Amino acid sequence: MRAPPEEGPVLACEGLCVSYFTRAGEIPAVVDFDLRIAPGEAVGLVGESGCGKSTVALAIMRYLGRAGRIVAGRIRFRGRDLVPLGERELRRIRGARIGMIYQEPMASLNPSMKIGAQLLEVPLCHRNLRRGEARERALEMLARVGLPDTRRIFGSYPHQLSGGQQQRVVIAMALLADPDLLLLDEPTTALDVTIEAGILDLVGDISARFGTALLYISHNLGLIRRTCDRVAVMYAGEVVEEGGVEEVFGAMRHPYTQGLFDAVPLPGSDRATRPLRPIPGRLPLPQERPRGCVFGPRCAHFRAGICDRRQRMEALTGGRLQRVRCARHGEIRRPPRGRSTGPPEAREPGAVMLEVRGLDKEYAVGDGPFTLFTGDGRRRIRANRKLDLLAREGETLAIVGESGCGKSTFAKVLVGLEPATAGRIRFEGREVAAAPVEKRERELVARLQMIFQNPFETLNPSLTVGAQIARVVRKFGLARGREEVRRRVFELLELVKLPREFFWRRPRQLSGGQKQRIGIARAFAGDPKLVVADEPVSALDVSVQAAVVELLTDIQRRRRTTLLFISHDLSLVRYLADRVVVMYLGRIVEQGTAEAVFTPPYHPYTEALLSAVPVADPAVVTRRIILEGELPSALEPPSGCPFHTRCPRKAGALCEEREPPEQRFGADHRIACHLPAEELARGATVFRDAGLPGFP
Amino acid sequence: MRRLRAPGPGEAASAATALRRALGSLRESPLAITGAAILAFWLAMAVLAPVLPLADPNLPLEPLRPPLSVGADGSTTFWLGTDIKGRDVLSRLIWGARRVLVWAGLATLAAYLVGIAMGLVAGYRGGWWDEALSFLANLLLSFPVMVLYIVVITRIGASPINIVLAVTFASAPAIMRIVRGLVLDLKTRDYVLAARTRGEGALWIMFVELLPNARGPLIVDACLRMGYTTIALATLGFLGLGLPPPDPDWGAMIAETQPMGAFAGHAMLFPALAVSSLVLGFNLLADGLREISLRD
Amino acid sequence: MLRLAARRFGAMILIMAVVSFILFLIFETDKLAVAGKVLGPYSSLEQRELWLEREGYNRPFLVRYGEWVTDALRGDFGESIRFKAPVADLLWPRLANSAILAGLVFLLMIPLSLLLGVLAGMREGSLLDRGLSFLSILTTSVPEFASAAFLVALFVFELRWLPGTSAMTGGFDWSQLVLPVAVLVLYDFGYVARMTRASMAEVMTSHYIRTAILKGLPRHRVVLRHALRNALIAPFTVIVLQLNWLLSGVIVVEVFFAYKGFGALLYDAAMFGDIYLIEACTMVAVFVAVFSQFVSDVGYTLLNPRIRFAGSTVR
Ligand code: SF4
Ligand code: SF4
Repeated sequence: MRAPPEEGPVLACEGLCVSYFTRAGEIPAVVDFDLRIAPGEAVGLVGESGCGKSTVALAIMRYLGRAGRIVAGRIRFRGRDLVPLGERELRRIRGARIGMIYQEPMASLNPSMKIGAQLLEVPLCHRNLRRGEARERALEMLARVGLPDTRRIFGSYPHQLSGGQQQRVVIAMALLADPDLLLLDEPTTALDVTIEAGILDLVGDISARFGTALLYISHNLGLIRRTCDRVAVMYAGEVVEEGGVEEVFGAMRHPYTQGLFDAVPLPGSDRATRPLRPIPGRLPLPQERPRGCVFGPRCAHFRAGICDRRQRMEALTGGRLQRVRCARHGEIRRPPRGRSTGPPEAREPGAVMLEVRGLDKEYAVGDGPFTLFTGDGRRRIRANRKLDLLAREGETLAIVGESGCGKSTFAKVLVGLEPATAGRIRFEGREVAAAPVEKRERELVARLQMIFQNPFETLNPSLTVGAQIARVVRKFGLARGREEVRRRVFELLELVKLPREFFWRRPRQLSGGQKQRIGIARAFAGDPKLVVADEPVSALDVSVQAAVVELLTDIQRRRRTTLLFISHDLSLVRYLADRVVVMYLGRIVEQGTAEAVFTPPYHPYTEALLSAVPVADPAVVTRRIILEGELPSALEPPSGCPFHTRCPRKAGALCEEREPPEQRFGADHRIACHLPAEELARGATVFRDAGLPGFP
Repeated sequence: MRRLRAPGPGEAASAATALRRALGSLRESPLAITGAAILAFWLAMAVLAPVLPLADPNLPLEPLRPPLSVGADGSTTFWLGTDIKGRDVLSRLIWGARRVLVWAGLATLAAYLVGIAMGLVAGYRGGWWDEALSFLANLLLSFPVMVLYIVVITRIGASPINIVLAVTFASAPAIMRIVRGLVLDLKTRDYVLAARTRGEGALWIMFVELLPNARGPLIVDACLRMGYTTIALATLGFLGLGLPPPDPDWGAMIAETQPMGAFAGHAMLFPALAVSSLVLGFNLLADGLREISLRD
Repeated sequence: MLRLAARRFGAMILIMAVVSFILFLIFETDKLAVAGKVLGPYSSLEQRELWLEREGYNRPFLVRYGEWVTDALRGDFGESIRFKAPVADLLWPRLANSAILAGLVFLLMIPLSLLLGVLAGMREGSLLDRGLSFLSILTTSVPEFASAAFLVALFVFELRWLPGTSAMTGGFDWSQLVLPVAVLVLYDFGYVARMTRASMAEVMTSHYIRTAILKGLPRHRVVLRHALRNALIAPFTVIVLQLNWLLSGVIVVEVFFAYKGFGALLYDAAMFGDIYLIEACTMVAVFVAVFSQFVSDVGYTLLNPRIRFAGSTVR
């Protein structure tokens, strides 16, 4: 029984305050939160980790755990306040009228229950359907969320599906009861971009078709722009700015929102015209938040007397929806953005540092030869197949691709953590493919270093920062004697812009960004000629990302080090790379200068990958290509062209039978595809700059 | 809400701070404090046994006196009575504590040395090393513990060294499995890869990068294992396979009294209480430590 | 799945083979001692040598081992020196007695510990949870012989409700089983209960339980349909492996209460140096332990669809 359509908002949060109560006392997570969502509207909630955005969703669901409590305010759902409701009444709303979709689809499905059974529960519990009808509906819904072979999926267990399929199942489950509101908490963060694009499309389609209102929670500005009508930006538990998406993203007024934008790379602007600007300082801990404006300590526009009062949301004049929590919003003007004025100035190519020829890497999954006691059988994965590439002195070579494309394996082979199966790697003229790092001479090891991905694992938790860097200095024989070593460590700390006190700190006292800086210091200790950076910033918040990227590229440029930057983030790659290699299922499908790879002619995969990147800049128009199907398993790669199972431009049976030839375009641009060169060249650019936005 | 505690200022004397922090967090768990207190009590008794005013534990005095009775000479008090052979139960308990703590400690230590070495090699080296060591561990673990003890000790005789050996046989494989599991997890961490990419050798990686970071679960397990070993030693004593008489042994004290238990309940109950309280001390401390390690 | 079971089975057979070899090595390398045990302490060296020759002990070691194994597989474990009877005849009735004991223990312990563990894990931090936690630490801290001493002092000497030995000399008597069973249940239930509790508590905080609750399912359905199945996988393996521990406890309890079971037989044999009997008993003990390991491994895979259907993906 659905209430007749009402005029009011589906959801209205009024003065919502949520706190967690821990041994350390009350920790306010969300403060004075107001939000209204109209029927059928899609609202985005954006902010960095720790800003309280996920707490909002859980508070709406009234699922805050033992420690969390709503300390003030109301949550009106269709006019009815949810805060005082008991479990029994909540049950009639949860799942039935408000559905939720979570960050990790695998973890949110019960591993020992078949998909069908998990789906059926919803209609059986919320609508008095008979089993047969419920089953019909569930199968129908699986088809509607774009899943193939619904009967088979109905009878399988969650782990038998891919991440994208799992998330579609979760969406189907949420939609089965025909809810008025869907809460999506970072629904695509765990997925690859091409899969993400499909899910985003599906969600948009659904809200249009069913009139479901959406609350979309994400840290990704581009994603919010692609999916939402309105947006609220959160910082330190408060909404600091809200309004229509085009409005806010086109002319943001709050210094924090501006800071977020300046910290992410956007297509259509590059290093020369618009260098990334990190937000200084770090998010204050909840118990250390300033009395006045929460952003005050990090704000460049801070003015004593105005900003040290508590700030309230103020509507902008001029009939717009935009509201800002900043007393100085009227005075602050964002400087006009720099625009790319053609190709970046070409830098002189240096000598060849690294030459990879026909590199193959296979490894076994499973265990040793005699597997009676430690595990199961083994299968072989061909993680890298026939890789050919060059890197020159002082240049940044980016390797991009989605999970399972073999980019991290390549990094490990390069630094000698894994031996190559076949092929050659020449580094500074020396053959290193067969030499594991343990067999390499000290000097070679120092000249070929690596920066690791996960800031929480990159440092040994048991040793002080100083001891760890000092060990590298000693190991590479750069200094001897206590004093001399210490002096070198201080120099390295200075290099990564950290104060000397960090010598005595322990890793758990450092933030993620600081740990990554130590990782950089460690890699650059022995004055390396080549540094491999495997997703060095992907685990960091955007405002911190910018600082680490700038630091890394700065050091690299000054020292003319070759940087091999491995990433899945195409915007970042475009921002900093000189040359780009695109990998798919262990193979290189396209490579060339950044300029060449990011403009036509494209390899069909690169084209899809580029189009899948959500862009926050309202001035940029993206041509949309949605890939069908799932990423094939690396255990059973497709025959012929590895991309043929998903390729939207597939050139017939040829693609399935024969490996595509490498076609050359210009001096340094190669594409592996069967399509004729003219056909490839005919594609239009993916991004188009629509000029400056129409807002003053 | 990941990190609630503010990072402290730079630490200079890290070892002292770490100790103070450990003690500080111990204070937050009543269970751990109780356990530590029980252990401290027994430890003190064991250390002080030679200087305490106790009767000779092996000297037969007056048989079967109840607790708190006064000796025939009118001056000695049998606080906990005497056993069937007329020996002072309190004195035997305290000297027994000394014995069990020393040998359980040594045996656990030996088992840990072997277990850690095996686990580090199996986990870090992998391949054939792992297969061989895992097979060895499985082989030893396929004996029910007590059967292993009985077989080993009846074959090689009940001397202190042999008992340490038997405990090592029985416990090292379990420790090896724990260490191996921890190492398999830790060795994929980026800091271990970083150590390898700067050319560190296997020994450095095992003892600097891996072992110190596995210490949390290992300390908890060591505590529990001290408890198990105490039980094992006392049980062996009870079965007549323990440390050789006449020196006091808690398990043997119960076994000696059992046939005449109806007349000398105290000579059976006090050693039973003693062993239970000591093991309880270890278990409570282990539980408290685990809780603390999970908390932050 | 079948391959996995077969592999585990192979591992089991291999372990048994190696263990039997080691046992044979331990006990029969010292041939003179064997002869001494058989012929008695006053036999002369010549007599012993003669006996060894006659009994074929001077044949190559591997040949004798092979014979021993084939005999053992046919159920012939040789003759007990102490009881002057075939080992097999001694072994089976004793095993049956121990099986009764162990069966009763499992019958009581499993429902008790699972129920308490699940209830405590459902409400982490509640009074029941804390109470159970403390109780199980307490009971697992009291070794079997100590709790036997306490129970005997109370129920036998003080209250005079129960007999203090369980030799069953006057025929089978249920009342004589009460104390042995109680001692074993007391010592073992805490461990299983704590495992169950931990597993349940972990499942209750998992994301899929959150999904189930936020689907609006009633609490009983969340617990029974979603949580329980996943939460009981870990305790299942623990319970099966508990057989290994129980065997150790059984020895102590049977010795304490003079119960005529397998544990006491093994103990007597070891103390007396009754070589064939020890070999047979140890083999049986190891078989029980290894077989329970096998059952637990296979059971774990059966209960866990993620392993059962590993590799079969829908793409
Ligand atoms: S109120 Fe002041 S400190 Fe806060 S954001 Fe505005 S200008 Fe910055
Ligand atoms: S070779 Fe065929 S399938 Fe592969 S990318 Fe080119 S057109 Fe697509």
